[in-house]
Amino acid sequence: MSRKRNVAIVGIGQTYHKSHRPDVNQVELVHEAVRAALEDARLSMKDIDCVVHGNMELFEGIHQPDMWHVDGDGGFLKSGFRLSTGGTTGGTLVSAADHLVASGLFGVVLAVGFEKQEEGHTTTGITAMADPLWGRTLMTGAISGVRAGLLVKEFGERAELAAARLRVKAADNALKNPFAHLKLKITVDDVMKSRLLAYPMRLLHMCPESNGACALILAAPEKAREISKKPVWIKDHVTVHMEETFYRGGPQRIVPSMDVAAKKLYQRNGIKNPLKEIDVFEMYDPSSWWELEWMEYFLQLKHGQNIDLVEEGATEIGGRFPINPSGGVVSTNPIGATAMIRVAEAALQVRGDAGKHQVPKEVRMAMASSFGGTLWTILHLLTREVEA
Amino acid sequence: MNERVAIVAWAQTAYEACKPHQRVQEMVYEVVKKVREQTGLKFSEDGTGIDNAITASDDIWDARTISDTPVGDVVGAHHRSEEKVGQDGAQAVFYACAGILSGHYDVTLVVAHCKESQPASRNLITNLTFDPFFQRSLGLDYLSAAALQARAYMDRYGISPEQCARVVAKSYNNARGNPLILRARELSVDEVIRSPLIADPIRELDAYPVTDGACALILAREEKAKKITDKPVWIDGMGNAYDAYFLGDRDLWDCQSLKLAASKAYRMAGIKDARKEIDVAEVSAFYSYQELLWTEGLGFCPPGEGGKLLDSGATKISGQIPVNPSGGVLVGSPTIVAGMARVIEAAIQVRGEGGSRQVSKVRTALAHGTSGPCGQLHTVLILKG
Amino acid sequence: MEETWCYQVSGKLEIPYRYFAGEFLSRFFVELRDHKKILGVRCPTCAVVFFPPRSICGRCLSPLGEWVELGDTGTLQSFTVVRYSEPTHPLQAPFVLGLIKLDGADTGMLHLIGEAELSALRAGLRLRAVFKEKREGEILDILYFRPEPVAKEAGR
Repeated sequence: MSRKRNVAIVGIGQTYHKSHRPDVNQVELVHEAVRAALEDARLSMKDIDCVVHGNMELFEGIHQPDMWHVDGDGGFLKSGFRLSTGGTTGGTLVSAADHLVASGLFGVVLAVGFEKQEEGHTTTGITAMADPLWGRTLMTGAISGVRAGLLVKEFGERAELAAARLRVKAADNALKNPFAHLKLKITVDDVMKSRLLAYPMRLLHMCPESNGACALILAAPEKAREISKKPVWIKDHVTVHMEETFYRGGPQRIVPSMDVAAKKLYQRNGIKNPLKEIDVFEMYDPSSWWELEWMEYFLQLKHGQNIDLVEEGATEIGGRFPINPSGGVVSTNPIGATAMIRVAEAALQVRGDAGKHQVPKEVRMAMASSFGGTLWTILHLLTREVEA
Repeated sequence: MNERVAIVAWAQTAYEACKPHQRVQEMVYEVVKKVREQTGLKFSEDGTGIDNAITASDDIWDARTISDTPVGDVVGAHHRSEEKVGQDGAQAVFYACAGILSGHYDVTLVVAHCKESQPASRNLITNLTFDPFFQRSLGLDYLSAAALQARAYMDRYGISPEQCARVVAKSYNNARGNPLILRARELSVDEVIRSPLIADPIRELDAYPVTDGACALILAREEKAKKITDKPVWIDGMGNAYDAYFLGDRDLWDCQSLKLAASKAYRMAGIKDARKEIDVAEVSAFYSYQELLWTEGLGFCPPGEGGKLLDSGATKISGQIPVNPSGGVLVGSPTIVAGMARVIEAAIQVRGEGGSRQVSKVRTALAHGTSGPCGQLHTVLILKG
Repeated sequence: MEETWCYQVSGKLEIPYRYFAGEFLSRFFVELRDHKKILGVRCPTCAVVFFPPRSICGRCLSPLGEWVELGDTGTLQSFTVVRYSEPTHPLQAPFVLGLIKLDGADTGMLHLIGEAELSALRAGLRLRAVFKEKREGEILDILYFRPEPVAKEAGR
């Protein structure tokens, strides 16, 4: 691979994510994010060459929603595509927009991901993930407590406290983020005492179902510098999938796709010490336990070092390696948008535009992760500067 | 655009009413195996193999959330990249080209699958495209929507049911030269006209039959393509465009998004006169009237003269602008797969491998796909030898 | 292909749903239910009156807010006789779906055509909406559209 040209994010928009949005239909929800991104970029729809749309359609039960949504996303008489890759959809949409611009085929591309989660039945959508021959009658939900259980087995209460601290961090950060869904004032104690779902996963560890949309506008270098004073460059991105069957041969020691993705990304971009060289990380954390566990793979830590970092407070908003200053997925989860929100939030950090949830240190390079499917991973690396 | 992208290999399953003996991933594996054998390529990111997969399928059609999950296993996606386009396969091919032209990937495997036999009815699924407030409760689906377009088109330009029936007869007869179309047979215009009306003016034989199938192709950047095969088929033009959503917002007897998609593809490929410069076209007509309407949208004839073009014999295999020598979608090509199968059939023509359905002297071929109600979204690709 | 027995799993994908029309569009359904009024919406930039109404113009992406009261009469632009049966159908086959341009609207709407001889159906036919007695605030509060002369004969 050899990137033909650099691509920058020049417009960022998202809705105020909520449990309940009876005031808008899907077209209007999508439009809110699109309008926000256009306003942020100071562009109009005339300037957009292509619209890339996505969500997980079985959640709302709308077939080919991109057809209906042209009335809200500006797709009328424009080029467009629809991609859908489970929970990673939002990230795929960013990668897709990146390819479309970098290819030279399009100058300015709008990517929009959304989910109006309350309109369908999320559990139906999740259950239908399972193979109809083998798992569908057993499948209960997207997340199991197996891996969290392994952490507790090895690290005991330290692990439980760490996961609880991460949930509190997410809540504290979300209180600073006007767009976040769950804005909870909670303590470690609240988390440790919250309702047990599947040991050691508790209610407060888990992400919500949110209604929301996110839109990003990507442009080629000449246009990007014209449009934005602070273009955020997509330095690289990596998509790593895994085979369909979970746990062939038993639970693995690591989540391979995350380790493979991180290694690939770092190797390609000359990153030897991610903790030092990356300034902020928006990680797709469907549960606080997973934020805790996956730190190890994404940051290439020594086993157990993730708990050390949490105890140190290193990943707090003011820490030396902030993770999820936005409040993360445990605070906000409109699935088709969620992975894109990670990139959007990372981009806001690079721009210095995250307001109250801006990390206080200088941000030159940010990373965002997407998660979904059968433990699939996407990583995006964003930078403030780009090599000419 | 400096570098070009080429199709270096392809494979299709037989297209038949039902494939009870294969799961979707097995259908896909069948064609992936073939393209790997043709090229000798492994899955690898070190520059020597296939480094990306783009798949096309649909959650609701497959009754499977994240419908690309089972397919990942057979397209080399374990610890590698795969992205799913949830639309007609021609969109997946276009998108995959962008991935290569961006420089991010070198060699991409593209696959599409659909088992139309799996749901109780196709119409249950397509009904779900229609918004819940104004249209869904009317029981609309892509068939009844197409019938509304057919009526509007035929009324406006005086297209006759016989002309539409001739499209079907041409398709089935052409398909006899396509060994993958198991339904191919001799079919008379009379038989089409005598088939029962299902949604006036569309008769049973005017509509594409329920079909299962899958197809795969491999795309490569120019430098690699030349190493993999001595007969690369270049994709030199690409264009797509969406029309308005509500059928009443559109002039149903027109297809402005197809005109726009085609003009983009023609401009990119340097085509000034499609009728003269395109040697063969594979278009996705799901209903017989669509072949006539799409030939107008593609600029093969003036607006309203799709029927006249057909009657002139120009769109026969031996004609000036042959359309669907493979038989097209009307003889059996499942949704989602349809547009990509058209790309493959166009590539077959460019390589001269069409056997008894081969059009003579093909240098430039056109492949077309469509998604959404009444062809809301159109995709046009120009292939060159 | 030799006939072999192949295992099959049958099932049903039930997607319970509850769609919100949104604050703006809700007005349409309230007016339809309470006053048998059919409202379109106007885009001042494009100078188009849309039906079905929407809060954003898909052409220029402007927010829309100008409601326009449309009549309950219109002209048939296209139609089809649906002769197959699906659980999604509101009526038993054969029934007629039509594309109707309401008087006052610039775009057509889809609805059912009733009380019409199939042989009398043609583009250009004048139609009038027939409302349900008890309306719920949904598009089928209009039962169907019937040819206008029939309505006249019935002494409406």
